[in-house]
Order: sequence, then C-alpha cells, then structure tokens
Amino acid sequence: MQLALVHARYQLLEIIRIPVAVFGSAFFPAASMIFFVVPFAGDDPVGATYATASMVTFSVMSANIFQYGVGVAEDRDQPWNPYTRTLPTGSAPRFAGRVLAGLVLTYLSLIPVVVIGATLTAAQVTPAAFLLALGTVAVISVPFTLMGLAIGYLLPSKAAIVVAQLIFLPLAFGGGLLSAPGNAPGFIETIAPYLPTRGAAELMWAAVADYDVEPLSLIMLGVWVVLLAALAGWAYRRDEGRRFS
Amino acid sequence: MTLARAEQASRRYGDVLALDRVDLEVRAGELVGLLGPNGAGKSTLMKLLVGLRRPSSGRVELFGGDPRDAASRRHIGVTMQETGPPSTLRVGEVVDFVSAHYPDPVPRAELLDRFGLADLARRQTGGLSGGQRRRLAVALAFVGRPRLVLLDEPTTGLDVAARHTLWDAIRAFHDDGGTVLLSSHYLEEVEALAHRVVVIGQGRVLADDTVDAVRGIVGVRRVSLVADGLPDLPGVVRTERVDGRLHLLTTDADELVRALVTARTPFTDLEVRPTSLEEAFLAITSGDAPNGDAPAGTGRPTTAAAGGRPTTV
Repeated sequence: MQLALVHARYQLLEIIRIPVAVFGSAFFPAASMIFFVVPFAGDDPVGATYATASMVTFSVMSANIFQYGVGVAEDRDQPWNPYTRTLPTGSAPRFAGRVLAGLVLTYLSLIPVVVIGATLTAAQVTPAAFLLALGTVAVISVPFTLMGLAIGYLLPSKAAIVVAQLIFLPLAFGGGLLSAPGNAPGFIETIAPYLPTRGAAELMWAAVADYDVEPLSLIMLGVWVVLLAALAGWAYRRDEGRRFS
Repeated sequence: MTLARAEQASRRYGDVLALDRVDLEVRAGELVGLLGPNGAGKSTLMKLLVGLRRPSSGRVELFGGDPRDAASRRHIGVTMQETGPPSTLRVGEVVDFVSAHYPDPVPRAELLDRFGLADLARRQTGGLSGGQRRRLAVALAFVGRPRLVLLDEPTTGLDVAARHTLWDAIRAFHDDGGTVLLSSHYLEEVEALAHRVVVIGQGRVLADDTVDAVRGIVGVRRVSLVADGLPDLPGVVRTERVDGRLHLLTTDADELVRALVTARTPFTDLEVRPTSLEEAFLAITSGDAPNGDAPAGTGRPTTAAAGGRPTTV
C-alpha cells in the first residue's frame, strides 16, 4: 500500500511536470462551460446546476479515457516500465499507483468546470450535495478508467490517442451531456440510456439536484462496467503475456 | 553458494529460439562476464534471471527461488540494456523512487557521488546525455545494497572516461564482496572486469572458463595476404580466398607471421586486423575444417557444459 502511494506520487510528478497534459483534459469541458452553459443556462439555477454536473461528467470521462488510454499505451513503449518490474515488488503497486494518480488528476481536471460553474453561473449546490458529488465522481470514474485501460493495453500509443479522440465526443453528445435532462434531440434521447455517459451523468444529476435516475440508464451503466472490466482485464493479461511471459 | 542459476533453460520467441538449453551458475563473490555478439541471447538470459521473462523450458533460480517472485529479487540490482527513466523526473527523484523499494537503501548523495552524477541530482533525466543516462541506470542497480547485480551491457554508448568510472564502481562493489553478472559484447570490457567468462553464441553456451582461456578462443586475428601457396601454419582457424587474397583467421597472429617468414613463403601486401567478436564466434562455431591442426586449447570451446560443442552452421 505504501509502495502504491510512492508509485502514485512519482507518476503524478511525472505528469505535473508537463502542465499541458493536466490542462488538456480540463480544457474542453471548461470551454464548453464558457461557450454553451454560461450564455444559455447561466441565469437559471436549476439548468445551470444540471449543466455543470453534465460538464463534470464530461470532464471525468475525458480525463480518464485520455490519461489511461494514452498514458498506459505510452508507458508500454518505455523501457522504464519493465525495469520497475525487476524491483522487489509485484506489478500491483504500480497499477494501484496509476489508478490513484488517475483519480487525483481527475479531481484536478474538474476544478475549472466547478470554478466556472460557481462564479459565472447561477448553479447551486448544498455542502452535503457537493460532498456527495465528490464521491460520485469516484464512482463514475470506474467505467471510464476501465475504458481507458482497455484502450491503453490494447493499442500502441499513436493509435490510442486517435481512438481516445474518436470516442470521447460521440460519448459526450450521445449520452446527452451537452443538453439539459430530457431536452436533447429525439434520437439522442433514444440512444443515450445505452451509453455509459448517460448513467454516469444521471448519477451526477441525482447527486446535485432533484433528479430521479432512470433504471435503464443505471442498468446499462452496470452492463458497461462489467463489459469494460472484462475487456480491460483481457487486454491487461494479453499485454502481460506478450511482454512478460 | 549459488545466487543465480539457469538449468537447461530455453527460451523461444515465436519461431526464434533465443536460448537453447543454457546452463549457468553464478556463485557468491564471483564476477562473471557474459560475452557474446549482438543477438546471441545475452539479454534474453538476463531477462529470465531477473524474472521479466519465463523460460520456455528448463529452470531459472534466483537466491534459490523463482525470479518472478518479488521476494527472490530482494537482493538483486538490475540494469537492463534499455532503461529510460521518465524524462520529466529529476535524477535525484528517480533514485528516491527506486530507494523506496528497499529497506536500507544507499543514501542518494553517496550513490550519485560514486557514479559521478553528484552534480546532476537536480537535472531532469530527459536532459541528460546518453552516457549520463546510462550511468544513472547502472547506479540504480546499486541503490538497494544488492548482493548480486545483473548488468546488461552497462557501458554501451559510454566514452572511455565514463566507462572507466563505471568499471571502478563495479570493481569496488565486487571487492566489498558483491557478486556481478555482466554482459558485454566487448572482449576488452570482460577482460578488464571479469574473472570468469561465459561465452554465448546463437543461444548456447559456447565456453565457460577463465578470461585467459576464453581470450584464446575469441582473440582471433585476421591475417590477409596475397600468395600463391602456403605452408602448414600454426593456429589457423579458418582460411578463405577472396578476390585473390588469402584471409587466415588465427588465434596467434604473431606466431603465424613468424612461421610465414621462417618458411620463406613469397607473399605481398600483408595485413593483420583484429576480428569482430562476430567473426571470431563464426570462426569457432562454423564447421569449416581448420587449415592444418588447430593447436590444443584453441579453436575449440573449452567447456564441458551441455551445449558446449561447436555447432555446424
């Protein structure tokens, strides 16, 4: 456990030395806040709160898909990674450290969205709901962490970047993150419950506002977690088999 | 006491047999050089011994256990052939990170000083020169006060001064009772450091002997000249005729030239060149009949180890 913290610390240090990497995942949701949420829903406390929660979900998704997808794929190219496996420890601390570091960076990437939501819109949240939302962030990180890990372990780094870029926007639009609950264009309302982004967003909405989660979205989120866990687990073992057996 | 052992260890990558029934034993206090040309299987053997790869057949052991168990690796230090620490981390941080894995690490300043890196502690590793990065990689092998270090081509890419700094550090470690297994494709390096040499070629152990004995095997020179015919010459491992020139691979160029002169053989355009290790290995592993009788003790692997017989290519 202590070693996991050590690994997390140095992985964070590695990433934070390249600040652009940290700001990257925070940029798009923050920009969306400024261009779409602030002008259109900024004055409406309920709408702004929902919209901010959506952008937080967006941020969680993109942060996780990118940092795991691209980070793991790049890591696999580096000789440092096999070197660490000659140290007297298993692969678990490095993996646990990566997930811890990922969670920290996810929270960091949320700061701009939350700050914009709090200062430039009428979004409101009680302290209790805010804490609940903080916890919810960790929960909804799970499917996207698994998605990122699957990408990172399956693909070489150049392909991983492209795939991460290809999927994060459709997931955001398709899940209805860029429109108010129930207000998305018709076909999006139809497909949204089947995407992991929707279930995640609904959990965020329920955390910060008076929203009843749709069972279908939640069930599908569970299905996604199971599928992605299986895929990520398979990709991880395949990679282990190729490089370390 | 045996610290590392390979027993009939083979390793296959797809269709390629990288290691072929290798036996190796590294005992406490030894400084063993693993010598072989590129692609001979040195790195694969190292990877098996440190647990990065599993043998396809046979066994490997580290401190009596499976190298893939973390506990077996507690007393080793490793420098792989390729080691790029994260480029944004500082040298000192990389040392601290590795130190965190050991109960009683060497203090950072002391370690960096020993490897001539003291001035670079604050430098990000991405900004180091290739040689500095290599020295750092080797220094990391010593952080945990190991009993055995496994260094895969530790001095590749270093200039002469840096190479000697590293040699000194490796010798000092060995003088304090440390055990070293070091691979190299430089005969010179192995001569400078090792007491015992294991020669690997085409995945097999070709020789496992003292430095002197192995020098006799791989210290082959190429003598080339233009001549119509040659008398029986001593120590010739192989003869080739290319474009009218005769090329003789020999274990003792001095003796060969002396014999040429003594026999008053007419020749012109004499050249004596060192051969690459590859050439030397090719010479000793190929089935070409030597021109004349090879003197005893040369031209043949000197080991009784399995797989030690020369192969026919």
